[in-house]
Amino acid sequence: MYRQKYIFLLPGLLVLIAVILFPLLFTIRVSFSSWDVYNPGLNNAGGAMYARMWEDARYWEALWRLSLLSVSTVLIQYVLGFALALLVWREIAARRFFRVLFLVPMMTTPVVMSVIWRTIFHESLGPLNPILNAIGIGAQPWLSQPGFAFAAVMIVEIWQWTPFMFLLLLAGLLSLPSEPYLAAKVDGAGPIRTFLSVTFPMMGAISVGAILIRAIEASKIMETVYVLTSGGPGTSTETVSYYIYIRGMRDFQIGYSAALSLTYLIIMAVALTLIAKALMRLMVRGANA
Amino acid sequence: MTAGTTLKRGFLATTALALTAGGALAEDYSKYGIKEDVPGICSYASIDAKDYSGRTLNVITHAIPVIGEPTALHAQQFQELTGATVNVVHVPFGDLFQRVMIPFQTRQAAYDVLFYASLWIGDFNPYLAEVPAEYQQVSGMESVTATYRGIASWGDRMLQYTMDGDRHYLKYRADVFNSPEAQALFKEKTGRDLTVPATWEEYNEVAAAFTNTDWDGDGAPNFGTAEVTKRDDLMFSAFISRVAPYAKHPDVKGGFFFDLETMTPLVNSPGWVRGLELFVEAQASMPPGGTSFGLGDEIFSFGGGQTLMSYSWDDAFIQAMQEDSPIRNKVAAAMLPGAREVWNRETGQWDTFDEPNRVAYVTWGWTSAVAKDSQNQDMAFDFLCFFANEGNTESDLQIGRFGINPYRDSHFDPAFYEAELGWDKAVAETYTTTLKGIDTAPNQVFDLRVPGVGEFMSSLAAGVARAQSGEQTAQAALDGVAAEWTAIVERIGADRVREAYANVVALEDR
Repeated sequence: MYRQKYIFLLPGLLVLIAVILFPLLFTIRVSFSSWDVYNPGLNNAGGAMYARMWEDARYWEALWRLSLLSVSTVLIQYVLGFALALLVWREIAARRFFRVLFLVPMMTTPVVMSVIWRTIFHESLGPLNPILNAIGIGAQPWLSQPGFAFAAVMIVEIWQWTPFMFLLLLAGLLSLPSEPYLAAKVDGAGPIRTFLSVTFPMMGAISVGAILIRAIEASKIMETVYVLTSGGPGTSTETVSYYIYIRGMRDFQIGYSAALSLTYLIIMAVALTLIAKALMRLMVRGANA
Repeated sequence: MTAGTTLKRGFLATTALALTAGGALAEDYSKYGIKEDVPGICSYASIDAKDYSGRTLNVITHAIPVIGEPTALHAQQFQELTGATVNVVHVPFGDLFQRVMIPFQTRQAAYDVLFYASLWIGDFNPYLAEVPAEYQQVSGMESVTATYRGIASWGDRMLQYTMDGDRHYLKYRADVFNSPEAQALFKEKTGRDLTVPATWEEYNEVAAAFTNTDWDGDGAPNFGTAEVTKRDDLMFSAFISRVAPYAKHPDVKGGFFFDLETMTPLVNSPGWVRGLELFVEAQASMPPGGTSFGLGDEIFSFGGGQTLMSYSWDDAFIQAMQEDSPIRNKVAAAMLPGAREVWNRETGQWDTFDEPNRVAYVTWGWTSAVAKDSQNQDMAFDFLCFFANEGNTESDLQIGRFGINPYRDSHFDPAFYEAELGWDKAVAETYTTTLKGIDTAPNQVFDLRVPGVGEFMSSLAAGVARAQSGEQTAQAALDGVAAEWTAIVERIGADRVREAYANVVALEDR
């Protein structure tokens, strides 16, 4: 009965297999080979690449570094994005202008902006250190000291992607019903009380969505690191994506980089699922029901 | 029509034909920017006589301007002369290796002509066509120096078509070294006379004495040294320059990176560790941000007059000698500093030398080749031979951003730089004497031209970066590199690496 419906589903299913499943299955196959610059092709290396990965301290360090970078930048982006959205949600002068202005960083190409930021942070030629000198803070080793370099990557990420948070959260704010605000006003709630008891809880679902989307994107950070620091000084800003790029593209270890990528995919899928569940419990009313 | 008119018309027609033929014989190719079209099979006239209409040549090269710009220029000229269609794909350096390698491994004849870093020959050699004998015998190829012919060769076969010559050497501000004030300052700080550094210890000492000092009087602080220190941005070459005189003993043959017999990595031997310690020490004399300088930063730091000394490829020197440079004709070149104590791995001891052990590091060089699977090898070799003909090369050498540097005997003539580029005689002589000295140096080091060179160098750069950032000591960092190199050799196969490395050792131990 109604078996013909499966025939209609078939074209879409085939496209799905071709576009999504085939590359994934191929990557899995490649990860069990030792394809590299001197052993081209799909031989059978068993789990050798995974065993090698287990002992690759640089990969695990990069994963830990990425976690720190993603969590901290996404949280800061959320706070700033929410604050900016609240600012232009209200009736303020030149509201439309500010809405567009806040979106500009997101609309620029990450590689181009990273080059611009690298110039800004350049300790000899960039404009930032003279400004810091002028205001008495003093020049800082932005790209040549591990801690500062990590902070520089964070700054660029936050600058570039806060507008994305802003956009989603502003859309959420604009869709909120007005009745709860009227009720809060009648009950005499002030702005902080209204925010904590009305706005923030009602924004829970969209907040979780925004944080998750950004967390997924932040976990793939590559361009900023590539252009700004090349993973240095030492390995202090090397993230997983950049490390996989080095192994795959620079060193041409196709099999090994496939194993790294798949493991990374699984870790991220599990981690983001857990984060999503935790955020839903914390931020969305009725999510436990 | 009278007989006279017929005769007159016949005479005119004959004259016109003769003039046309004469014109064709002495075609003026100066519109292409060359001074002289040197006769031969690679000349403009010879290439102009060929007809490749309806055929397509696919070329992969580096991004514009370095190598990419001359590739595009000569491809356009070749197209105009022969009627061929030449497609040029420009690729950023970080992607170039894999963009060449993937079609090779998957047996796609994606590109006929390839421009790439010459040290990749260890990986690319199975996929390259040998340069035919007739092209090896043209005057432009016969005048390539033995060093660069060696770089183009894999064993006894020439697989790469030479179109560039690179090496590392020292550049310094001659005006400062000759200044009585600077000499007095140095004497006061160190107690010895200011001389061009003969060892890396002296280099560090001079750099430290002149760092954070306004020695050019422009109101901004100057610094001692600009070096390529950014990981994954050719820093490994800078490091090898610093290590070579401590680790490449003039009397010990059989390998600088590995012991050729055992294929044991030598990168954590005392000579290498000493070089790294001095590299780390020099960070104190670099400009702000100098510990993360890429090649571009190094070029602009020295070429812009910020630093007293530098060492790497020609680019910084050429930048300093550009017409609009504030330090034009104030610079000089010299062989890389050496070492008075050299590690002897055969005796396991440091040997002392009265005259510093100087090692010429012949590193990199862009090169070109034709794919073995190309269906257009005739046209491809014609294109390369045209690209590198004497007229084109002489013109390309004059444009710094092209990245083409001296590699023929004639390129070491100081008169060329005086006449064509307006350099002062002293600068031209110091430049050509240095280049010639490197080319004929008895103790040379070449890049590690073996399969997997990218992985070896990536591992080396990561280890050096750890020492630079203070994450590890020099010894611990290089011990880590040695362990990684051992694992890489095991994966590739010691015999396979040894066979390739023997070619490098053969160049060094000639």
